[in-house]
Amino acid sequence: MAQFEIKRLVPLELFGYDISFTNASLFMVLALVLISGFLIFAMTGRSLVPSRIQSIAESVYEFVAGIVRENLGEEGMRYFPWVFSIFIFILTLNMLGMIPGSFTVTSHIIVTFALAAMVWIVATGIGFARHGLGYLKLFVPHGVPIWLMPLIVPIEIVSYLIRPISLSVRLFANMMAGHTMLKVFASFAVSLPFVAKAFPVLFTAAFTGLEFLVAFLQAFIFTVLTCIYLNDAVNMHH
Amino acid sequence: MIAAMTVLAAELPGIATDVAEALDEHKSGGLPQLNQPDFAPQLFWLALTFVLLYVIMKRVALPRIGEVIEERKDRIQRDLAAAERLKGETEKALQAYEKALADARSNATSIARQTRDSLNAEVDKERKAIEDQLAKKLSDAEASITATKDKALASVKDIAGDTVVSIVSALTNLSVSKDEVNSALAASEK
Repeated sequence: MAQFEIKRLVPLELFGYDISFTNASLFMVLALVLISGFLIFAMTGRSLVPSRIQSIAESVYEFVAGIVRENLGEEGMRYFPWVFSIFIFILTLNMLGMIPGSFTVTSHIIVTFALAAMVWIVATGIGFARHGLGYLKLFVPHGVPIWLMPLIVPIEIVSYLIRPISLSVRLFANMMAGHTMLKVFASFAVSLPFVAKAFPVLFTAAFTGLEFLVAFLQAFIFTVLTCIYLNDAVNMHH
Repeated sequence: MIAAMTVLAAELPGIATDVAEALDEHKSGGLPQLNQPDFAPQLFWLALTFVLLYVIMKRVALPRIGEVIEERKDRIQRDLAAAERLKGETEKALQAYEKALADARSNATSIARQTRDSLNAEVDKERKAIEDQLAKKLSDAEASITATKDKALASVKDIAGDTVVSIVSALTNLSVSKDEVNSALAASEK
């Protein structure tokens, strides 16, 4: 569990609050620098026929743009920079966490919860800004018999309120469980005798591959769900 | 195999303590993720880095990529439109060419027909003229033959009369005039 510990590298304080520069802060800043540096460096050529690095940047752009268009339509492209930032930030933090000895920012519930809460607050804000109190109709699905309403409406409300929790716990639990599994199996390799060490080593290697997939998949799922929540707010399709 | 399994069994309690240690190193505060004093710095740096990231993405990085993709799309659209236009022009040129070809062909046919017609007419005229000429020569020849024949026949009568006069005078000593012989000949001809 030592890998999840927060270490204060530079203790700082602001208005009585602890804002120390920790190992988590280091990886957040690293992600910010890597993402910005990569995307800006990749586009220095701005050529019509892209170089390899430029086509990587364009692929990421088109990938997220595809998710936004699919869920929100062309009109939803105004939220594209925000959704893109969420995707690339989570993806980079997950991937940085895959480097042995590094720190996984997204394995901390407070971080994933803050991101999920931001998504939920922004989506809810857009919903009320666009539809006023009509946004509450989201809790009254079409085509449900009236006598079922007392059951359906509370369920809808609870499932809406629980969104930031499910969104954040999904990412946090996946990242933490994967890294813990790796740690446990790697520790078997230390304690098992002789040839038997091969099994946990092989398993750890295979599981590392799976963890890369999970790191991508969780960033993708978080982004898709963000788009789905935004779509509820923008179009009120349920 | 059995030996390996016994070794494994002997090690099992050791493994169990390893797992317990791996999961429980931070005994004092449980999961490091739930250590509340760590929340504030994480939230602060998350907010700072995410807002910065969002601003850089929105203002700098994404517009650049979007512009290039947009420009490429426009360029392809323009090229396609140009290709479409050129194709239309080619088709028009081809049609004009085919029309010209068809015109030339029909022109050639009509010229050939005219030439043939005029040649035929000329040949006909020439032939007619020659035929007329020949017919005239024929009739002239026939006329001259008839005249010669008549003259010859007339000479024959004359000679016959003379011969008769000579024969009669030689045989009968009668002098017969030529007129008498002629009338007698004319009577015998009837």
